[in-house]
Amino acid sequence: MAKITYKHHDGTETVVEVTAPNTVMRGAKLNNIEGIVAQCGGSAQCGTCHVYIDEGNTLPLPEMHEAEDDVLYGTASERRPTSRLSCQLPVSEAIDGLIVHLPATQI
Amino acid sequence: MGAGPVVIVGAGHAALEAAAALRAEGHTRPIILIGAEAVSPYARPPLSKGYLTGRIRPHELWLRPESFFAKQHITTVLGDRAVEIDRDASRVRLASGGWITYDRLILATGAKPRELSVAGADLEGVVALRNLADAEELRCALRDAGDLLVVGGGFIGLEVASVARELGLRVTVVESGPRLMSRSVSRTLSAHLVAMHRAKGTRVLFNRELVALLGQGRRVRVAELNNGARVAADVVVVGIGVLPNTALAAQADLTTGDGVIVDRWLRTSDRSVYAIGDCARFPSPHTARPVRLESVQNASDQARCVAAALTGHQRPYTSVPWFWTEQCGVRVQMAGITRDHDRTVVSGSPAEGRFSVFCFRDGRLVGTESVNRPADHMITRRLLANGAAGPAPDDVARPGFDIRRYPTRPI
Repeated sequence: MAKITYKHHDGTETVVEVTAPNTVMRGAKLNNIEGIVAQCGGSAQCGTCHVYIDEGNTLPLPEMHEAEDDVLYGTASERRPTSRLSCQLPVSEAIDGLIVHLPATQI
Repeated sequence: MGAGPVVIVGAGHAALEAAAALRAEGHTRPIILIGAEAVSPYARPPLSKGYLTGRIRPHELWLRPESFFAKQHITTVLGDRAVEIDRDASRVRLASGGWITYDRLILATGAKPRELSVAGADLEGVVALRNLADAEELRCALRDAGDLLVVGGGFIGLEVASVARELGLRVTVVESGPRLMSRSVSRTLSAHLVAMHRAKGTRVLFNRELVALLGQGRRVRVAELNNGARVAADVVVVGIGVLPNTALAAQADLTTGDGVIVDRWLRTSDRSVYAIGDCARFPSPHTARPVRLESVQNASDQARCVAAALTGHQRPYTSVPWFWTEQCGVRVQMAGITRDHDRTVVSGSPAEGRFSVFCFRDGRLVGTESVNRPADHMITRRLLANGAAGPAPDDVARPGFDIRRYPTRPI
């Protein structure tokens, strides 16, 4: 179980508890959080679950695989150093308190 | 628009996304979803992949949690079907009886598998994979089987063939044409795919047709081909394409013809009725002729387009088509519609299993097929979406070509 904060593009935020085994993407879907589309259902194909990890993050996140890195070259909103695909971020107690920012658009 | 409900016929990806997008866009009128299956809307792509191995479990398929529908005030009528549209009275009749009135109607009726027309097609163990019940039947059948026969070398058949090899079955693919996925991909990619499947031990037969299925009791055991050969088959997966579900539209005198015919705004010949997803044939800036596409991308983007129109933001549908498949542990992605290309240039290394086939028509990039090269795929999507010229064939052919250095916006 981890508390995840999704900061929306309009400045509001949604804070939810997400259980393992799930991903940060699935956490958004399960909690009806708009702003994450995830067309491919979580297989790092589509680039529509793009998030920006909070600048101040110190929680350990898995290293980026090459496929994720590649997909991030084509996201609808600009890629930044903090960009990740939320379908590649498994939820566990280790990321309790994670804050992610949702981009302006996913499509 | 008036105060009446938006009624959506169907409960697949397109239907669910339309309902969700209407609410996300601030639509406040009633929304009613009518689905023939008695289950909540779910994702279909895993049904021919991870669901069959058990890697993806049933609860991971749901597109939204149960609570979503109540919270969003979306009424679901599941396990029932719309059997008639009365356009004069703006209402839909259900199989269970009763009418539902609409202000706007969205047809998201999907498609059904093309059926085998050979003797024995109704034997047990013969499965056409379209819905969750089919997938569950196939998952169980594969568990006890030794020999799988796949009829048709398209997306579904090849994905199932790949999974079945992983599970240790002997697999034969019978394709009536001369190459794999011939309707959707270039010869170069077809050739790579067949080599890949054969390297995994799958037998692939071209220019062969099934003439009969023979059973032991009610259960399929052997397939007979048009050259007289016999192939062992405890399970037969039929993947010979789909037919759009147009009967409801046709009954209501809406224009149909391999799909429900819609305009650039996805409106049928009746301005208050839309059609989206697998069932709709639409004009696209990415193809010379109107097209019907079977993909999650198309379902999802068309749903958003109609939801925007119904909330006052009408715009033509112009999304770049893209597709993906997973076979033999390899990620294959296609951006754009490449079937009318007149030239291809390969970038990367087919020998190492990492390359893209860039497809051109009249010197202009129309699409890219990528094998374990997601950046090529993603950037092609952006180039096509933005109307940027993209690389010329000679650019791609040059050593050291890297599409990541290409500007994705018109200059």
